[in-house]
Amino acid sequence: MAAALRVPSRASSLRFRWFVVEAGWWVLSVGIVIGIWEITAALGLINTIILPPPHKFVAEIRDQSQFLMPQPGVTAIPLHFAVFTAIGASLRRVLIGLLLGSLAAVLTGSLAFYLRLFRNLTFPTITMLAPIAPAAWIPLAILAFGMGDGAAIFVVFVGIYFTLTLATLNSMNNVDQVYVNTARVLGASRRQIMWHVIFPAILPNLFVVLRMNFFAAWMGVLAAEMVGVRTGLGAVVVMGRQMMNMNLTFLGMAIIGLVGYLLDVGLGVLQKRVLWWRSAARV
Amino acid sequence: MGEIVCTNVTKVWGVGTTREVAALENVSFSVRHGEFVVVIGPSGCGKSTLLMLLSGLEMPTGGTITYNGEPITGPDADRSLIFQQPSLFPWRSTIDNVAFGLQLRGVPRKERRQQAEKFLRQVGLREFANKHPHELSGGMQQRAAIARALCLGADVLLMDEPFAALDVQTRFHMQSFLLDIWLGSGKTVVFVTHHIDEAAYLADRVVIFTARPGRLLDSVDIDMPRPRNVISPDFERYRALFVERLRSEVTRAFQEQELAEMLDTRIK
Ligand SMILES: Nc1ncnc2c1ncn2[C@@H]1O[C@H](COP(=O)(O)OP(=O)(O)O)[C@@H](O)[C@H]1O
Ligand SMILES: [Mg+2]
Repeated sequence: MAAALRVPSRASSLRFRWFVVEAGWWVLSVGIVIGIWEITAALGLINTIILPPPHKFVAEIRDQSQFLMPQPGVTAIPLHFAVFTAIGASLRRVLIGLLLGSLAAVLTGSLAFYLRLFRNLTFPTITMLAPIAPAAWIPLAILAFGMGDGAAIFVVFVGIYFTLTLATLNSMNNVDQVYVNTARVLGASRRQIMWHVIFPAILPNLFVVLRMNFFAAWMGVLAAEMVGVRTGLGAVVVMGRQMMNMNLTFLGMAIIGLVGYLLDVGLGVLQKRVLWWRSAARV
Repeated sequence: MGEIVCTNVTKVWGVGTTREVAALENVSFSVRHGEFVVVIGPSGCGKSTLLMLLSGLEMPTGGTITYNGEPITGPDADRSLIFQQPSLFPWRSTIDNVAFGLQLRGVPRKERRQQAEKFLRQVGLREFANKHPHELSGGMQQRAAIARALCLGADVLLMDEPFAALDVQTRFHMQSFLLDIWLGSGKTVVFVTHHIDEAAYLADRVVIFTARPGRLLDSVDIDMPRPRNVISPDFERYRALFVERLRSEVTRAFQEQELAEMLDTRIK
């Protein structure tokens, strides 16, 4: 009993130590960059108008709040709200785009899996379109959807749709036949096989593909916000440059990095949570 | 009841393609109700193919197979196939794996789990109901797969080398376990193996196949009371008989394989 109790506590203390060490390296790594930046700025070696040192653009968050709102400069609203609306605008676009793109991709992939004619007609085109970077769709998106959410969502959508459609069909073709046969032996209809076997079996793969393409989609949204769509984190960065307010640009960049990182971590956690069995089992 | 009859069954895989393979040729035999039949033969002789046909997953390219007098037209929960590879769905807990067949039939969750639990207890896995397959040993996984077949009330268990991947100890354990389940159940078992000892230990009757394309070589009734003593002279005699019958076939299979490989490398 005592031994049984000691084991987990030792494991968790080990994990805690690992966490502290890892966090230490992060702080050190970022700290060195900030330190060099601050020192060269203090010594007057760099132009602080173009490269304002971190303490400056962080300290001025309050002054920048008006620029982070959906409609820049119209009304002053509380800081937190302002920051979060800019983040929210970008986030909403990327998440809606991912959701729609994934649903459409799984639907198309499934149809192609069952209907040979459909696959033969569509897949050459999809294969050709898949390698186009999401950002390359921006001009078309803005022409088609105007300068709003629609264009940004469309960019994410195409960024994920084609690749994920290919991945869906490919994963479906590679589902271990023993699972399909087991279900058939137990009396499953085609629809039941799809729902109870094929979908759960391919989900881990789809998640991996989704995660790999997430950054391109995220960048696609930011780029769209920079060149046309007038709100969101991408627009904030460009606005800073246009107004020669580099504090704002750097603040925007810092938030973009942080949010992108957190989103990836979030997807990773979700992947572990929902698809935990994948690491342990061969599918 | 429970009678499987194969008449002149032939199976050619990949008909009309360049990779045509004749797996079974002109196979005729039958399995009586409640009988424990073990099929042995060199690897690649079409044993798995035969079980696929009996289960209804695949159709023969020639001849007929009937079950209780009716031609087999597709899979049927009455005849359950248990595979050599792990076949539990890794995303389902053990109990939900066992209950899967009932779920497909629309049995409500509570009811089907009750039913599944009954069979989990029978195979000694009740405490593992909420574990997932990767937390189970190979032997436990196969027991769960058997419980899954029993849960649907299968009358015929078609088993494709179900214990081949297990270590010797576990394998022996599983064999007695299977006999325990089968004895007095009235269920029919068609069990494929390439282990001679396993065949002699389990079977009422051993059906021996030739090397590919599989044809019926012999059918031997095992006249020994159960539980069988694997070091008795009787057992030794059956073992010797099977070894002798199979030796020439295995040699032939090897030679053909080598020949095929030689031809293959020459073409490349
Ligand atoms: N699904 C399949 N498609 C094509 N060929 C197959 C298939 N299954 C088995 N075969 C071929 O049929 C032959 C017999 O295989 P199998 O029935 O698995 O033999 P065994 O189980 O006796 O080892 C082999 O040559 C194998 O390659
Ligand atoms: Mg086999």
